[in-house]
Amino acid sequence: MIKVDENGFYGQFGGAYIPEMLYPNIEELRENYESIMESPAFREEFDSLLKDYVGRPTPLFLAKRLSEKYGAKIYLKREDLCHTGAHKINNTVGQIILAKKLNKKRIIAETGAGQHGVATATVCALMGMECTVYMGAVDMERQKPNVERMRILGATVVPANSGSKTLKDATNEAMRQWINNPVDTHYIIGSVVGPHPYPEMVARFQSVISAEMKIQLKEKEGRENPDLVIACVGGGSNAAGAFYHYYNEPSVRLIAVEAAGLGVFSGKSAATTLLGKPGILHGSKTLLMQTEDGQVVEPHSISAGLDYPGIGPVHAHLFESGRGEFVAVEDEHAMQAGIEVSRLEGIIPAIESAHAFSALNQIQYQPTDVIVINLSGRGDKDLDTYIKWGNY
Amino acid sequence: MNRIDELFKQKKERILSIYFTAGFPKLGDTLTIMEAIESAGADIIEIGVPYSDPIADGPTIQESNNQALKNGMTLKLLFEQLKKLREKVSIPVILMGYLNPVVQYGMEAFCKKCKEVGIDGLILPDLPMQQYLSEYKALFDTYDLRNTFLISPQTAEERIRQIDQHTDGFIYMVSSASITGAKKEITPEQVAYFERVKAMKLNNPRLIGFGISDKPSFQTASAHSHGAIIGSAFINVLRESTDLKKDIYEYIQGIIS
Ligand SMILES: Cc1ncc(COP(=O)(O)O)c(C=O)c1O
Repeated sequence: MIKVDENGFYGQFGGAYIPEMLYPNIEELRENYESIMESPAFREEFDSLLKDYVGRPTPLFLAKRLSEKYGAKIYLKREDLCHTGAHKINNTVGQIILAKKLNKKRIIAETGAGQHGVATATVCALMGMECTVYMGAVDMERQKPNVERMRILGATVVPANSGSKTLKDATNEAMRQWINNPVDTHYIIGSVVGPHPYPEMVARFQSVISAEMKIQLKEKEGRENPDLVIACVGGGSNAAGAFYHYYNEPSVRLIAVEAAGLGVFSGKSAATTLLGKPGILHGSKTLLMQTEDGQVVEPHSISAGLDYPGIGPVHAHLFESGRGEFVAVEDEHAMQAGIEVSRLEGIIPAIESAHAFSALNQIQYQPTDVIVINLSGRGDKDLDTYIKWGNY
Repeated sequence: MNRIDELFKQKKERILSIYFTAGFPKLGDTLTIMEAIESAGADIIEIGVPYSDPIADGPTIQESNNQALKNGMTLKLLFEQLKKLREKVSIPVILMGYLNPVVQYGMEAFCKKCKEVGIDGLILPDLPMQQYLSEYKALFDTYDLRNTFLISPQTAEERIRQIDQHTDGFIYMVSSASITGAKKEITPEQVAYFERVKAMKLNNPRLIGFGISDKPSFQTASAHSHGAIIGSAFINVLRESTDLKKDIYEYIQGIIS
C-alpha cells in the first residue's frame, strides 16, 4: 500500500525535519489542512475554480500518429491546456483557498521553470493577495518570459543568488523568508516536496489528474485503468497527481521519468533515484544527490523544472519499494522528443514533459497496451531553449 | 562531569557563547580560533559544521559555510583537526550543524567521535524533537552529549514546556522571528518575549541567540536570561581580520569587559 502515515512518512521517506522556528507554521497547517480540504465550502470553491478558471477537466487525447509510431495506444492527459499552461495551477488554486481559510495575508513561493511562480502569481491576483516569488538567478535568465508574466500579474520576483542559483536555492530562500514572516504568510510549495504535510497535501490537490483519467478512460476504453502511466519527475507533483488513484492498482505500471542531463554519470545530471542516497533536504527525508560528506550536489538539466537534487518522498518510496519504474532521459533525447511530438501531434510540449515522451524509447510494452502520458505543460515558456538547441 | 553542566553550575549570568564556522576563513584556522576565543574570556564555543543548504541562516553564515566548503572542510576533516582539542581548550565545546552531514557520517559514529575528541553538546536545528526522542536520545546519553533545542517567539507555551523537559544543558532562545544575522538593536517586543519565557521558570538555563552582535545587545540579552550567543557578528570579524588572535581578543573583550 502506498499511503502516508500520521507523521508524514511513506516507508522510510518523508517526515518534517524543520528548525523549531518553522514548527508553529507547519503544525498549523498539519492540524488544519485535512479538515479544511474536506469541508463542503472548500470543495465547492475548489471544484468551481478548477472548472471555470483553470478549464478542467482537461481532455484525454488519443494521439493517433504517436500511437502508430510507437505501436501502442497512447493517450495524452492535456495538463498543458490548463490556464497558465501547466498542471502547477491545480495546486496553487487549492493552496490559496487554504491560505485564505487560515487568514493569511501574504503568499511566498519558490519557482524553477517559473510555471509554479506564474501559477502562484495568478491565483494571488485572483484573490487579491500580496505575492513574492523566489527564483534562482540562473532560472530567471533561462525562463525570462515567465519572470515577466509574474511581474505583469503583480508579483515581486526575488532572485536567489546562492549555490547553483536554481530551484534548490530558491526553495532555501523561500524557507528563510517563511522563518522571517511566520504569522501572516503562507508558503505555497510547488511540488510534492518539503516537510509534512506538504507532499501529501500537494499530491491531493494534483490527484484531480488521475481522478479525471479514470472517468475519461472508462468512457473511451471501457475501463478505468490504463496499462501504463508515464510522467516526468522534478519534485514529482504532476507524476504524483497522475499516479495517485493508481498507487494501489498493481496492474497499472507507473513510469517516473527523471532528467539525466548530459548523461547519468556525466556529473551534470538530475537523475536523483540513480545518483541519490537517503538524506534530508528542505524538511523531508528522501533520496538526495549528495557528496560522501552529506553536501547537496548541484544538479543539471536542460529543463529548469526538473533541475532539482531531490525528489518527493512518495517517489523515493515508489522507487525503493519497486512500485514505480524509474527512467532517466538525457537533455538531447528530451529535445528530440519535444520536436517529434510537435511534428506528430501539433503540440509543442514543455521540455519537462518532453522527457516523459522520450521514455517511450526506453521501456518495454505490448502493442495492446493503453498508455497515458501526462503532458504536464506546454512549451511556450521554452521557446528560447528550443531555439538555442536549434535542431529542427 | 560534562563541561556544560559544570559551567552552568558555576556561572549563572552573562554567559557568552561564540559561534564560528569550521574551515572559515581558512581551512586550518579551527584550533587557532578556538584558543583565541577561550583566552579572550568567552564561556562556550559553538563550532558550526558547514552545510550546502543552511535554511535557518542569513547571508553572513551562508557565505562562511560556502567558503568553508570551498576550502575543503568536511566532518571527517573537522574531527581530525579536533584530535588535539582538549590539549588546547578547556571550556565547553558544542557542535552545531544541519542534520544531513551528520546522518551521512552515521549518528552513532558521530556521537562516539564527539565524545572521543571532547565535545560536550550538540545543536542540530533541523532534528525534530520526536525523531530525537525515538531514535537518538539514547545515543546522546551514552556518549554524554547535551542536546540543545531552539525556541522562538512563536513557540507555544506548552511546546516550550515539552522542550524544557527534553533538553539538557540549556535552551537556545532565538531572539526574534528571523534567520541568523547581525541586527541593530533589541526591541521592546523582544524584551517582552524574553521576560515571558523567564517567568515560566524553566528547568534549563536560557541563552539568547540570533541578532546579538555587540556589547549593548549582549547586555540587554543577558539582563533577561543567562547569557547570549554571537554568530554572524563574529563571522564578520573573522572575515575582515588580518590578525586572528588579536582581533578575536579585542572583539570579545569589547563585549564582556
Ligand atoms: C511543465 C512542467 N512539468 C513538470 C514540472 C516538474 O515539476 P513536478 O515534478 O513537481 O511535476 C514543471 C516544473 O516547473 C513544469 O513546469
